Amino acid sequence: MKIFLKLTFLFVIISSLISPRAIAAGEQQELLKVDWSFKSFFGKFDRASLQRGYQVYTEVCASCHSLKHLSYRNLAEKGGPEFTELEAKAIASNFEVTDGPNSDGEMFERPAKLSDKFVMPYANVQEAIAANGGAYPPDMSVLVKARSGGANYIYSVLMGYDEPPAGMELDDGVYYNKYMYGNKIKMSSPLDDDIVEYSDGTKATVDQMAKDVTTFLQWTAEPHLETRHKLGFRVIIYLSVLTVLVYFSMKKIWSRIETKV
Amino acid sequence: MSDHEYTPKSKVGKWFNDRLPLLTLANHLTDYPTPKNLNYWWTFGGILTFCLITQIITGIVLGMHYVAHADLAFQSVEHIMRDVNYGWLIRYVHANGASMFFLAVYIHIFRSLYYGSYKSPREVIWIIGMLIYFLMMATAFMGYVLPWGQMSFWGATVITNLFSAIPLVGESITNWLWGGYSVDNPTLTRFFSLHYLFPFLILGLVVLHIWALHVPGNNNPIGIDIKKPSKDTVPFHPYIVIKDAFALLIFLLIFAFFVFFSPNILGHADNYIEANPLVTPAHIVPEWYLLPFYAILRSVPDKLLGVIAMFAAIFVLVILPWLDTSKVRSTVFRPIYKQFYWFLVADVLILGYVGAMPAEGLYLLTARVATAYYFAHFLIILPFLGLKEKTTPLPLSITEPVLGGSADMAMARNNSDFKEKL
Repeated sequence: MKIFLKLTFLFVIISSLISPRAIAAGEQQELLKVDWSFKSFFGKFDRASLQRGYQVYTEVCASCHSLKHLSYRNLAEKGGPEFTELEAKAIASNFEVTDGPNSDGEMFERPAKLSDKFVMPYANVQEAIAANGGAYPPDMSVLVKARSGGANYIYSVLMGYDEPPAGMELDDGVYYNKYMYGNKIKMSSPLDDDIVEYSDGTKATVDQMAKDVTTFLQWTAEPHLETRHKLGFRVIIYLSVLTVLVYFSMKKIWSRIETKV
Repeated sequence: MSDHEYTPKSKVGKWFNDRLPLLTLANHLTDYPTPKNLNYWWTFGGILTFCLITQIITGIVLGMHYVAHADLAFQSVEHIMRDVNYGWLIRYVHANGASMFFLAVYIHIFRSLYYGSYKSPREVIWIIGMLIYFLMMATAFMGYVLPWGQMSFWGATVITNLFSAIPLVGESITNWLWGGYSVDNPTLTRFFSLHYLFPFLILGLVVLHIWALHVPGNNNPIGIDIKKPSKDTVPFHPYIVIKDAFALLIFLLIFAFFVFFSPNILGHADNYIEANPLVTPAHIVPEWYLLPFYAILRSVPDKLLGVIAMFAAIFVLVILPWLDTSKVRSTVFRPIYKQFYWFLVADVLILGYVGAMPAEGLYLLTARVATAYYFAHFLIILPFLGLKEKTTPLPLSITEPVLGGSADMAMARNNSDFKEKL
């Protein structure tokens, strides 16, 4: 048993040493840390926060950032914001999608349905770049997983807008951000107090909105996070019980001979 | 293999066994006399077999949903993660399974180095093992390319570019590997095809590996030849089977922890950004299990020599049975080699660490020293040490005493010595 404990310990040390995350952390300022509800062993999403986060995404981020891997039906699925099916349908119908060709061979516009993918703000990457001063606003579907630091990084960048330090020259359309790689970002600070109005009465401070939208983006990146945690817990319990049973079986079997197992 | 008479009890069994002796084989496998003093480091053979089977099964399922096309690969992986039933589980098991596979194979290799399992008469087992290891690295590398993220694309670009260092034909070979003039769709599709093929080659080699093992039988922690079957051995079933099962379960607990609670910690964040030939990531790093070789590659200033050094690092392992001149197998009886063994372990860990760091300044210097030491260990220290070293007396058998000692002492010595190592 002792062997395996040491082995695990060794492995954890090694993996933390050589993990590429360790490298990235050395280069940038220490990220802000939030005690996310989805982090721990039993971590779950805060449902209300996910719904508010969706609102922030739609009203603020969605004008530039796509969520191309999501469909409107995801909004009503278990483990997500869990809007009711009616609410999700209503949300979808706010968007126009191009469908077709119809029987006349024409493409036509119709309101989006649950089965449609999230409508993209730009027709293509080139248009997105042209409309944003040469910087491509990245797709946000897996953004949390695509940045070392994950949710803390996204939150930090949203909170990291500040006056540039003395002596730092910034070009037009470039902003200072404490946590961004190289401290320069082409997105102006997207959040301001009360830029959205939460229907549940929560006060829309920058900090609150940053937390909500980060929680939402964690869900878009890992839509099955809750199932994973729940299943993982059961698997660990099952394996632990089986390990104990096999351990005593092993002891029993090896007791037939003099050698210690 | 079927060196002892075995007759199935049933008539049908006998009829079948006369035509295809599968039951004799099964009987051989269950009766197979195994040294009774094998410690937990010997359980990794079974664990590795489990890993290979897991990778093959999860891989086959992933292959049903994955689309090997430069424009669709990334999207199809997200489709697996989101819409395929338990697709996230299958993919995380497969991705983390690769890391667990390498963790186990490194322990397996270093166990062999510690107890001298590569020495006569087990050279062929060792060489087949090295072939498996080499194929594993190729398979893992190609598998990492398939999600078509930034690290996939740029990792593939860096590694395939190595072949361009070959004089005269280098460029043609690289273009031939790519199926074009850069890493692109043809590269992806052929990598997918080969990534699907190689595991089955590995499986075939594993069968040969086990077959070759069953000719001389297992080495053991004190590394002496034993009579089989004898008081020193136990039948494989149930003694070794249950012990392997226990060790496998502990291994699975660690595996499950990664899959369910930290599934992306061993990967690189950049691989969740879709491949973009126009944007180079700040640092291109391979997966952790390839880092020591990456460090060796980068520590040599000349590209061709760097590639040669990297392949040589694997090749010295292949010829290891002839580089180590010591007749004594187990490190337990080699006090000086024991120290060099741990130096080598530290050296490889250091190489892994600097392999993840930018190749500059102190990191580069460390990588160079560590690379030089790696080769010195195999090419200078081992051949000379085997001739000079004064080894401690070997016991006559696992149960019988060392000359002048008691049986209990010999046993105690094995056990305590083994625990000390950890």
